[in-house]
Amino acid sequence: MANIPKDLKYTREHEWAKQEGDRVRVGITDYAQSELGDVVFVELPKIGAKVTAAKNFGVVESVKAVSDLFAPISGEVVEVNAELGQKPETVNQDPYGKGWMLAVKPSSKAEWDQLLTAQQYEALIAQGGH
Amino acid sequence: MSSPLKRTPLYHEHVAAGARMVPFGGWEMPVQYTGIIEEHRAARGAVGLFDVSHMGEFEVEGPGALAALQHLTTNDVAALEVGQVQYSVLCYPSGTIVDDLTVYRLGDERYMITVNAGNIDKDWAHVTTSTSHVKDARWRNASEGTGLVAVQGPKAEALVGRLADRDVTTIGYYRFERGTVGEVPTLISRTGYTGEDGFELYAPADGTAQLWKALLAAGRADSAVPVGLGARDTLRLEMKYALYGNDIDETTNALEAGLGWVVKPAKGEFIGREALEKTRAEGLRRRLVGIEMVDKAVARHGYPVQKDGNAIGVVTSGSYGPSVDRYIGIAYVETPLAAVGTALEVEIRGQGKAARVARTPFYPPKVKKPA
Repeated sequence: MANIPKDLKYTREHEWAKQEGDRVRVGITDYAQSELGDVVFVELPKIGAKVTAAKNFGVVESVKAVSDLFAPISGEVVEVNAELGQKPETVNQDPYGKGWMLAVKPSSKAEWDQLLTAQQYEALIAQGGH
Repeated sequence: MSSPLKRTPLYHEHVAAGARMVPFGGWEMPVQYTGIIEEHRAARGAVGLFDVSHMGEFEVEGPGALAALQHLTTNDVAALEVGQVQYSVLCYPSGTIVDDLTVYRLGDERYMITVNAGNIDKDWAHVTTSTSHVKDARWRNASEGTGLVAVQGPKAEALVGRLADRDVTTIGYYRFERGTVGEVPTLISRTGYTGEDGFELYAPADGTAQLWKALLAAGRADSAVPVGLGARDTLRLEMKYALYGNDIDETTNALEAGLGWVVKPAKGEFIGREALEKTRAEGLRRRLVGIEMVDKAVARHGYPVQKDGNAIGVVTSGSYGPSVDRYIGIAYVETPLAAVGTALEVEIRGQGKAARVARTPFYPPKVKKPA
């Protein structure tokens, strides 16, 4: 079974979001990395870029497939996990830890409440993940 | 495409092993068991077992069998001895490709051809209608009754050898013998699609599960693992072996695909000969080459290839090559830009990413060539 930490929020596109003071850390879920298989490439925005909730902010590629990444919340990118350039497999090994992708300074507080809870995300996966 | 997916004799073995099953060419096949890169490395480092039972097998027999195959295929079937295998191509009159295949000479007037799974129906119609004028050549579609397991990697010979009723070390590259493996009657063919030494084992469909289980059990000592289609694809990509539907198809010419080494006009008439001779005389407009990414990015099937912003080709295959630790691909490029080292760009999500034409195979082959 996929690991779904209780203290995170989730998107329907399988990203997670974690509140850390005035910023939100973002990555993809354990379910997502497992469905993708071996991650071989991650393309992320630069620090200072603006991301928009539910819009594409980057790309994750496994051996077989290319998948878009979707921002859980709108805001400015304040940190990027540069390690993933050299070690994209970290996304498979530690999706909620060392495999994080972005930290965003949110521009709207309201969007946070639109995200799925762990329980809601678990229900989504139980229905097949779509 | 609403027809139900077909299953190989090993379907239940794959499901029980926890494989991820995906549709492929009308078949429900394992794309991976534990992980594509891990399985890829197992085949390069030890031995991998591949279910390729979805491939098609046709037999042709009789005094006209040779004439039928000479008419259909580009390579010279007359050069085949009994017990020998030949890589070849089925062409349309235009010189473009119906399928690529291997031809086995089973007996004096008896041959088997192995074709791609997704092309079985198309190929069957092609070979039977195109040779209806050839007397005394009886075709039989043996695809349903035949299972096929590839055993590939540096420990493949030792593993198959332990289970076989004969010495398999004497079977040369692109040669085969009949015997038993794990007590299952098998055609033991020293061929493969990985660049590793190894065998492809043809067995009756109802004996294929027994063969598979015997290989897995005896292979434990060799760290043998089942390998899915995902790693089969990265293994063949590192060798620049063409995959029908990706790199070659009914729109690509056999010569521009780099298959000129199996096009033998000197043998006499065959379908596509005239067109291919014309292409050869006029020169190739484009060529299939290996590419490696200079910028960090992954080239994929269908991405445009450019030179100084101008479209000059297209990527036909691309991924990460686990054994070369680079992003590699195969692409058609205009002939003047096909030389190794030529700087190109691959258009990826609207941006030109630097790439260059690479020497191939990307990974040195370990196949057992004749001494």
